[in-house]
Amino acid sequence: MSENKNTEHRAQKTDITRRKFLAGLAACASALSLPLNADASMLEEYFRQHFKRLDKDELNTILKNLEKEFSQKYEKAVTVKATPAMEDVLFGYTLDVSRCIGCRKCVYACIKENNQSRNPQIHWIKDLEFKRDEKWFHFKDSEPYYDPPEVPQKGRFYLPVQCQQCKNPPCVKVCPVKATWQEPDGIVVVDYNWCIGCRYCMAACPYEARRFNWGKPDIPKEELNPNMHYLGNRPRPKGVVEKCTWCIQRTREGRYPACIEICPTGARKFGNLLDPESDVRQVLDNFRVFRLKEDLGTNPKFFYFFSLGTHIKAK
Amino acid sequence: MFNGLGKILKVLSSGSKAYKLWVAVLFVLIAIGTALLIKQFDEGLIATNMRDQVSWGWYIANFTFLVGVAAAAVVLVVPGYLYHYEPIKEIVILGEIMAVSAVVMCLVFVTIDMGSPERFWHLIPLIGIFNFPQSILAWDVLVLNAYLVLNLSIVSYTLYKLYKGEHYSKKIMMPLIILSIPAAINIHTVTAFIYAGIPARPFWNIDVLAPRFIASAFCSGPAFMLIIFQIIRKTTPFKIKDEALFKIGEIMMYAMILNLFFLFSETFTATYLPSNKNASHEYLWHGLNGYNQLVPWIWSALVLNLAAFLLLLIPKTRKKLTTLNLACVLLFVGIYIEKGLGLVVPGYIPSALGEIYEYFPNTLEIGISIGVWAFGLLVFTLLSKIAIAVISGELRCECSLEAKCSDNA
Repeated sequence: MSENKNTEHRAQKTDITRRKFLAGLAACASALSLPLNADASMLEEYFRQHFKRLDKDELNTILKNLEKEFSQKYEKAVTVKATPAMEDVLFGYTLDVSRCIGCRKCVYACIKENNQSRNPQIHWIKDLEFKRDEKWFHFKDSEPYYDPPEVPQKGRFYLPVQCQQCKNPPCVKVCPVKATWQEPDGIVVVDYNWCIGCRYCMAACPYEARRFNWGKPDIPKEELNPNMHYLGNRPRPKGVVEKCTWCIQRTREGRYPACIEICPTGARKFGNLLDPESDVRQVLDNFRVFRLKEDLGTNPKFFYFFSLGTHIKAK
Repeated sequence: MFNGLGKILKVLSSGSKAYKLWVAVLFVLIAIGTALLIKQFDEGLIATNMRDQVSWGWYIANFTFLVGVAAAAVVLVVPGYLYHYEPIKEIVILGEIMAVSAVVMCLVFVTIDMGSPERFWHLIPLIGIFNFPQSILAWDVLVLNAYLVLNLSIVSYTLYKLYKGEHYSKKIMMPLIILSIPAAINIHTVTAFIYAGIPARPFWNIDVLAPRFIASAFCSGPAFMLIIFQIIRKTTPFKIKDEALFKIGEIMMYAMILNLFFLFSETFTATYLPSNKNASHEYLWHGLNGYNQLVPWIWSALVLNLAAFLLLLIPKTRKKLTTLNLACVLLFVGIYIEKGLGLVVPGYIPSALGEIYEYFPNTLEIGISIGVWAFGLLVFTLLSKIAIAVISGELRCECSLEAKCSDNA
């Protein structure tokens, strides 16, 4: 479990002195019994290093401890992995706008799969409704809170937006502590134990893909997804940023993201951009696609297209 | 050394009734702010009105405004030390103390805005990770702290020498003074670049932002100083000449010309022809889809700024203390609104995906901010109390031998 290549590479000699220093700090703090009812695990968490600076043993201990903590708290067997990126994989995503019916099944499957807070509510996918008779769209004319008795509504089309997993992610560059970065398979992740909650990344993201834990997240025990990834769907603390990871806990084990599996119309496709046989490559090779806010140069790996209805009369 | 500290404490604890009342009021405000801050820390930032759509609000707005106030010490340093304009040279130290207090407030404001401020050590190079030079926020942390250290050194060195009854060494002082000029421009430029560097927010992503920041800083900072100088002049033996005040007024006028010109250029470019990039301008100045909460604020700010500008432009009103003071108050409030609500918030409205969430600070945010201001004013009050005591000769080294004095260091 959890053989992280990155971490192996990064475990440098200098880390040893730093760890010694931090251990010293931790010892001092515990000697002074600084935080009022702090136990060893709280101190470990407070002084825990950046994900990329943890060596294999440290990471394994942390994962074990998290499993124990979550299993106790949520009263079910939880596994927390840190599966690294597969070799020769660069993930990509395509969405057929003409097939999307705006049912928001993806939104809710995502919440369950990724242990998003129910109260306050956090959604990683935002589904926008546009008027079909206008043919074109501008975001300021969209309605994110549409709530009709049934979908699709006549004269409307829908555009779900989630993290576009940019090749030039503005959010990564602006982070003052490198708490967010792009993995070798193209997924932009957040180290929830390193984020300081400054929210500069949220200002920088042109796709509103990042969410902040304004309050203490709340997940009902019975709805918790026990299959977790350290950089993905493990429960987050208050005061940090989170985002879509294309279900890193699933996709790194060869499964589809939850939003792909749930989509009733097959509008969503996911796969390896480097594999000519993959679903996404089939779409890219056979359809004209577009990306959101192309002019910003973010170079997203999320492509939208229309497979149907180029000549359908608007109703 | 303890002798010196004891004397400082004695100076700080003695004073007129008004001084004691003022400090007591500040302490009460700080206490209220702290209580509210504990509540915010406990519940999380959900206790504020900020949300995902508008993820920076009143705290960052205050931070931005105060960086301007801090940078404005230059308005005194340049005429005082580079042009040797004596009336201003005598009061530069107060400007530097103001810079110190303003930077302290800036640092408090960014800290309380953080979701996990207890993790501040992540920012410390080596034990943490400092994303320099990629992140402009990292730059800002660096330049703000450098500016704080620089001004604090100048203030303490000057006062220490005066305390010992000696002249400061030009060799030590001048490099620090010279360095403080670009450092002041730096803190404001870098703070502007935090916003200007973000293409996702067209309202911020404009080249005129940094110049406009600096122009407005050279109005709002001095406006604050002018009022405070007169209070100090009235309540302490410290002498401040009218000429100094009028000279600052003149500098404010030039800065205001630039500020209004930049504002005009920006607004023209953004609004002349329809563009999908001007939605935030439309929201701010006119209202968007029926949402217009900021419209009365920004127009009042404009009226206040224009009125202040006229008072500064006409020599008669600029060179009369009552009208100059009126101009300062109008200008300070005008720019506070413009930089506060008018810059940070519209950048987020409409949001990147076109949603409109109308943000306005709630009582908790306002209460905490008042607490932070009170803390900054307390720092300013105490530091200037010490400075004035040293300058007036009340606080002096009594030792007869030079050697003993250096022991006190």
